[in-house]
Amino acid sequence: MSMKTSTRQVNGVTIVDCSGRITLGEGSVILKDVVRDLLSKGQKKVLLNLGDVNYIDSSGIGELVSAFTTVRNQGGELKLLNLTKKVHDLLQITKLYTVFDVKDDEAAAVKSFG
Amino acid sequence: MTEQRVSYTLDSTLETVDSAEQAASRIATEAGFDDDEVMRIAMAVREAAVNAVLHGNAYDPGKKVSLDFERTGGDLVITIRDQGKGLDPDKIPDPLAAENLLKTSGRGIFLIRSFMDEVFISPSLTGTEIKLIKHVPGSSGHVKEASQ
Repeated sequence: MSMKTSTRQVNGVTIVDCSGRITLGEGSVILKDVVRDLLSKGQKKVLLNLGDVNYIDSSGIGELVSAFTTVRNQGGELKLLNLTKKVHDLLQITKLYTVFDVKDDEAAAVKSFG
Repeated sequence: MTEQRVSYTLDSTLETVDSAEQAASRIATEAGFDDDEVMRIAMAVREAAVNAVLHGNAYDPGKKVSLDFERTGGDLVITIRDQGKGLDPDKIPDPLAAENLLKTSGRGIFLIRSFMDEVFISPSLTGTEIKLIKHVPGSSGHVKEASQ
């Protein structure tokens, strides 16, 4: 299953609901394009909902890092929501769990943006 | 596992990466690994295939990737070879080092080592061979056919 995304606005925060696989090729490109599009519209508070992302490879991890730094470099914030166990474990072993701001409650995550 | 050895010769394409992952998932399942281990083995093979296709063969249509699965001595042994310039594992930066944490690449070999029991990387002028070994659960250390 390839990656799909949809976006919605909640109290000034753009929530990107992702599903499928974030892997080398299409999945990583889609994520990059979504984040680029949001920034071009001035939407710099981004919450990536990964609750339906069942697989991510090293390229996908790299794209998450790229999205995080790209948003941050433009003065915004990117946080992660609802990690599946597989994605959680991958971020743990790559030591990225402490780099990302990871949330498991959408309302609280939205409130946490400055 | 019904086969003792399965070999593939694949093009240097993104489709090869998916095919390698799917083959690994199927063969690891047949070998008796649980779902979590199947996922880890399949991801290790996927990462090795990505290295072979992208960094080794650089998508060159004239170069092939070979993929071998073998059940031997209680191990599942997976060998991936490319025809590139050769990967020097000593030159791969530590992706867990603080200065590398925010790099967008360089985690493939680390994930492979994390998910497999043994990993051997053999670079040469004619390509890189990476051998991935996972100990089969419940194996006595001898070659056995699975019951299915």
